[in-house]
Amino acid sequence: MRKPVTPDFFNEMFDGASIRPPYQGIENWTNDMPNELRSLKQSEAEALFRRIGITFAVYGEGGDPDRLIPFDMFPRVFTSDEWRKLERGVKQRARALNAFLADVYGRGEIVRAGRIPARLVYQNKAFEKSVCGFKPPRGVYSHIVGIDLVRTGRDEFFVLEDNCRTPSGVSYMLENREIMMRMFPQLFQQNRIAPVESYPRLLKRTLASVAPHKCASEPTVVILTPGHFNSAYYEHSFLADMMGIDLVEGQDLFVEGDFVWMRTTQGPKRVDVIYRRLDDDFIDPLCFRPDSMLGVPGLMNVYRSGGVTIASAPGAGVADDKAIYTFVPEMIRFYLGEEPILNNVTTWQCAKDDECKYVLENLPELVVKEVHGSGGYGMLVGPKSTREQIAAFADKIRENPDNYIAQPTLALSTCPTFVQEGVAPRHVDLRPYCLVGESVELVPGGLTRVALNDGSLVVNSSQGGGVKDTWVLAE
Amino acid sequence: MLSRVADNLYWIARYIERAETTARLLEVGARNALMPNIGGGYRNEWESILRASGTAEGFAEKYGDMVQRNVESYLFFDRENPSSIAFCIERARENGRIVRTALTTQVWDALNTAFQEVQDMQRTERSHLPLSTLTDWTTRTTALIRGAMLATQLRNDGYDFINLGHYLERADNTARLLDVKYYVLLPQVEMVGSGLDNYQWTTLLRAMSAYRAFSWAYGGEVTPHKIAHFFILNHESPRALISSVDGAATHLDRLARGYGKSSEPQTKVRGLVAELAEVQMDDIFEEGLHEFLGRMIHGFSDLSNAIHSAYLAGEMK
Repeated sequence: MRKPVTPDFFNEMFDGASIRPPYQGIENWTNDMPNELRSLKQSEAEALFRRIGITFAVYGEGGDPDRLIPFDMFPRVFTSDEWRKLERGVKQRARALNAFLADVYGRGEIVRAGRIPARLVYQNKAFEKSVCGFKPPRGVYSHIVGIDLVRTGRDEFFVLEDNCRTPSGVSYMLENREIMMRMFPQLFQQNRIAPVESYPRLLKRTLASVAPHKCASEPTVVILTPGHFNSAYYEHSFLADMMGIDLVEGQDLFVEGDFVWMRTTQGPKRVDVIYRRLDDDFIDPLCFRPDSMLGVPGLMNVYRSGGVTIASAPGAGVADDKAIYTFVPEMIRFYLGEEPILNNVTTWQCAKDDECKYVLENLPELVVKEVHGSGGYGMLVGPKSTREQIAAFADKIRENPDNYIAQPTLALSTCPTFVQEGVAPRHVDLRPYCLVGESVELVPGGLTRVALNDGSLVVNSSQGGGVKDTWVLAE
Repeated sequence: MLSRVADNLYWIARYIERAETTARLLEVGARNALMPNIGGGYRNEWESILRASGTAEGFAEKYGDMVQRNVESYLFFDRENPSSIAFCIERARENGRIVRTALTTQVWDALNTAFQEVQDMQRTERSHLPLSTLTDWTTRTTALIRGAMLATQLRNDGYDFINLGHYLERADNTARLLDVKYYVLLPQVEMVGSGLDNYQWTTLLRAMSAYRAFSWAYGGEVTPHKIAHFFILNHESPRALISSVDGAATHLDRLARGYGKSSEPQTKVRGLVAELAEVQMDDIFEEGLHEFLGRMIHGFSDLSNAIHSAYLAGEMK
């Protein structure tokens, strides 16, 4: 596949001069909206966001910890046909990733079969040897799988990366919809938009379905947060609230005997399922980082003896590593005997000499990422970088090639977006949230992130990205 | 309910009540500064204001000069002063953020808006913020937050912890305010109608926003005896020790009933209720007003500790 020098971006709304079907219902809405009304609605939306306290703190940036993620009112729309394909693809991937985790913490068939190099799995930083041989309830490791997708054409979707640990952003999916419904009720009367509001209920059902065998009655499910200084704290408390469960910090839990308990005003109460929103390293100072105050000493012992379920399972990160990513299509074939419905992006591993050579020679055209990085930090977007930036990055790659992978600069699709001058196309991606428990569930929607700066391909909220409501039209 | 959540709810209420008390003190101080002194110049009551808020030492170290602008800075804006209004509002909102799920939207909205407004005021040129603006804002804001709590919070155990914080802080504040001024209320210095120390008593009444309420309740001359009675034993007075202690007892009983388990703080609060129901003003003056108030303040802190270890500390039981 040859990449065009000036990529032709797929516009999700316009096909030449004609409007693509999913967007036909909102054409009039934008055309009829005067500028004054638009800015009025925009500030109304902002006030609503600030009021409910949905904010986003960016690590290392300082400044206002209660910064809002910019919300763009122009929705991003999928037809039910488009969505059906995405849904099958996302669920397939979530199943394969879980099968992979169950395998590598068990017999390691895929490695024995030579489909994935042993070194990439067992030497992986995220591989957690303390859970080898332990099988979590229903064999599920990653209960909430966030799949980052981009679109490059009518039927071309690519998976950019998988998030098997604690993908964030689902609160935006829900709140964006609430706010759109509040501000533009007529849009929802004129278009048949599939609701997403069942997500919290499905999440709770998913978590309850993986309660340990020792739990005899209605399981007690909690969310474990690192605390209110965490950038995703709003989401943690929002989800706890929507599910009607307790939001706990490490200090609220303790281990006694074979179980985990929480400190309540009525004395200790047993906890059966912990949806943790902190990294493996921090959940148990006895097992992982001894200096961490965020976790619960002894938690891992209870987990391994089947006294509590931790979601996602410790060690689940080995499946969403960017080096393992390359092998996900292989996993789908190996475990499910199916062909992948969603494609991977071609990826060059700098760890391999010949691929690294190719990457260094073609830096101006590639996107280079750190293997363990996230949030859009520490990456190079070749076509958007200066000669000096590229040269500096090349030095970093030569210094530690194992740490980097590279991908072609994708022609990310664009969606109309409200900007200063009116409406203009901006690049978008999509993160649906797949739930894996007793069954595999996906609500019709996800988080659409949009790069608000003209021409920018980086959609991360930490790098000037915003969010949109994502619609799936009902049949 | 999680102990940590209960603890935060309890403290939100305490901070809100404390902010209001501080605002009332500032109001009184400003009013006194307008009263001519007998010896010429104006009376300087700022010291007793600071003593009443329990922060006189911290002030002296940091600001030295006891002038209105400094006192305003210290009692309204200073984030290092745990009684300052900015500190209390900020803490209350921070605690609210931590237990966001236990608060109604309306309560959170009130807390969050208060916080944003304090931040705006911190950035505003001080000459645009006369003292009356600051104190009016505070009493209005705390009333709004408290009102939102009363009107919208679910009547569950969380509601009990909010109210416990409110009543304990209020009882403590009333006792301390009285204690700072106890000497003006002693019978020996009773000089009814002399006008000389009358203003001291009215100061007390104003500090507890009870100037008019008092007249309605008692009528006639203002006497120290009546004032002490109003703030200690009168059920009708919303700031009387007996009202606050009764309120705390009600909520401790509700908790015990809901949890199906009697508690240590319940025992303690009943002791206080019984004493305040029995005691007469004459007994109090005989014991010594200062001694009596000291004993009460001690009793409240004892009760607060008992609540902490029974419910808020999350200890193994």
